[in-house]
Amino acid sequence: MLESKAVTGPYWEQPDPEDERLAYQLEHGREEHLLLDARPPAELNQVVLNTMQQTGPRFWVIIAGLGAMTLAFLIAWFIQIISGLGITGLNRSVMWGPYIANLIYFIGIGHAGTFISAALRLMRMDFRRPIARAAETITLFGLAIAGLFPIIHVGSVWKLFYMIPIPNQRELWPNFRSALFWDMTAITTYLIGSTLFMFVALIPDFAMARDHTTGWRRKLYGALALGWRGAEDEWHRLEVVSNILSFVIIPVMFSVHTGVSWNLSMAIQPGWHSAIFGPFFVVGALYSGVAAVIIVMIIIRKTLRFGYFLREEHFNAMGIFLLLLTLAWIYFYFAEWITNWYGNLPMEKAIQQMLTGPLAPLFYLMLFCNIVVPLATLWSRRVRTSLPAMLVIGIFVQIGMYVERVLIVAGSLSRNELPFNWVNYTPHWPEVTVTIGTLAFLGLLYALFTRVVPIIPVWEVYEGQAMQQVRRIGRAIAPTRTEVH
Amino acid sequence: MAEERQQGHKWTMIVDLDKCTGCQACVVACHAENNVPSPSEDEIIRGRANHWIRIERYWEGEYPNVKARFLPVFCQQCGNAPCEPVCPVYASYHSVEENLNVQVYNRCVGTRYCGNNCPYRVRIFNFWAPHFDPPLEQQLNPDVTVRGPGVMEKCTFCIQRIRRAREQANVEGRPLEDGEVQPACVQSCPTDALIFGDKWDENSRVAKMIPHERQFKLLEHLGTEPAVYYLKGGETHVGE
Repeated sequence: MLESKAVTGPYWEQPDPEDERLAYQLEHGREEHLLLDARPPAELNQVVLNTMQQTGPRFWVIIAGLGAMTLAFLIAWFIQIISGLGITGLNRSVMWGPYIANLIYFIGIGHAGTFISAALRLMRMDFRRPIARAAETITLFGLAIAGLFPIIHVGSVWKLFYMIPIPNQRELWPNFRSALFWDMTAITTYLIGSTLFMFVALIPDFAMARDHTTGWRRKLYGALALGWRGAEDEWHRLEVVSNILSFVIIPVMFSVHTGVSWNLSMAIQPGWHSAIFGPFFVVGALYSGVAAVIIVMIIIRKTLRFGYFLREEHFNAMGIFLLLLTLAWIYFYFAEWITNWYGNLPMEKAIQQMLTGPLAPLFYLMLFCNIVVPLATLWSRRVRTSLPAMLVIGIFVQIGMYVERVLIVAGSLSRNELPFNWVNYTPHWPEVTVTIGTLAFLGLLYALFTRVVPIIPVWEVYEGQAMQQVRRIGRAIAPTRTEVH
Repeated sequence: MAEERQQGHKWTMIVDLDKCTGCQACVVACHAENNVPSPSEDEIIRGRANHWIRIERYWEGEYPNVKARFLPVFCQQCGNAPCEPVCPVYASYHSVEENLNVQVYNRCVGTRYCGNNCPYRVRIFNFWAPHFDPPLEQQLNPDVTVRGPGVMEKCTFCIQRIRRAREQANVEGRPLEDGEVQPACVQSCPTDALIFGDKWDENSRVAKMIPHERQFKLLEHLGTEPAVYYLKGGETHVGE
């Protein structure tokens, strides 16, 4: 500074450099951490409620586009039911194709929601607070669409009720030995459990919305809030129920993808018959699921302007989580591959030769998307906190994990014990339309859902902010957390 | 398991690969007997050859010293069948009386799990509604249903012939005789490469031929306990 300020006045009126440093730390902490940047609850409520009620023309354009793709999916499905599965590319050897891969994929992206809201809740990871509902919504719709795929997949959809254990006069029951039956049971349990878990956490937000809206919204939220008043015993009960459901839902989450993988690994088809498939698929599901949550977080932050709720720290935390899952997935894939390679059994050899032969472009694409891209980028904090970069990485992981499922399902089936029956599979238009259409359907449901339901759990954010305090410890400022239960 | 039970019949097929010429008469006979629609050329190119019995042709050696080997493959009627436990609706189950794997078309929802789990790939899925080019629709077998679209089907060892013969024997009050039942493929085989009978009937031709020095089972290492025995052919020298 050119102008030198003469020090005037008594020393106690001079600014204390120590205080300035602390003030800077405090300000920096506010910018960085959502939970330290407390705002009045009324303001948080309005931020969330406004985004639900304001819809511009762009929103409806997107809805129309997604709706058209969903319609294309429904028409393709209808044509497939009318004319038979012959219009797909499936054949005598590859009887399961992208429909089953889609089932695995959609259940997979439904895994992160529960993990983030239940497991991170029990581990007291506070970064989950603003993310939890957005992730649970993926679980909800991912599972619902995954539940469509067995129905799309079967040949005689009009007889599907035979798979459900309905008491009947002929005393004909489903086959409890079939892995498909376990799978169906696990998916249904998970769908009910995760919906319940999500709904319980929604009650205070419904009550908040009820108190701040008018018209049909008020009636709807009033019914959904189940008469929540915000009394202390209600909060206490909510806490207890959430904790119980968290503990219950985590084993169910593991069982679901294990059950899905057992559909494959309980068969004696080479390439499927592997004991590692259970944990391998659970890790793969979490991997693609966390990537899907990151994509959705970015879209929500951009379109709904939730920059206040979804901050760098959240993307950073999710990026670290994704990196960990990348490493876990690589470990499992390597373990499975090297076991088959070293075992040198003729059939497994044939499958590996096919993956590195005719299917090599897909195979290397998968390795690139699942291994090279995340490992090369996610170690850097700058990448993890950059939204465009995270979006691209998330999309790469989605592509990689989808291709992985197709290679496991259709790729393995095209090589079997008798070489006479080796048939390669190429998808035809119904599979492509249905796959893209169901993805659009997921987007459509999600977009409409954000108009009706607070996609940020306001009460959880506020609870976190109320528990967080800043304490001065020695020469530093440290956030501390108060346990209220 | 299934081997130990002595009630009913243990229908068994012997395929003598030394005698098989790969003429495909069995394939045609099976299509006619069991109302199996004939697939078009396009469908076969797409890998949907829906034969209940097929002749797998393997080439051996390099041109010009090349040899064709024929392997007739049809449902092996496994005693320990991989297709049975995986079906969620019991459409694929084990018949106690005949010791066969039977498929209940009305019950089948078409998950195609059984087809994936069959190492022999002998289970056929009806991708289309059945279509018979004229005049083939005039000669459908009234003893066999025409299966609709979206269900699995497979070789039944011509169970309609087995049932008819057994009912005839019951009416006449005598046990079923060996050779009374002949599936269509066996009946049409010009070289007598296929031999069919009840293995638990000690006087039957199959019971006398088993164990045979050239005998093997297809993919025996999988432990599926097939009811089909193959006799090695070609230049295999066994027992020397």
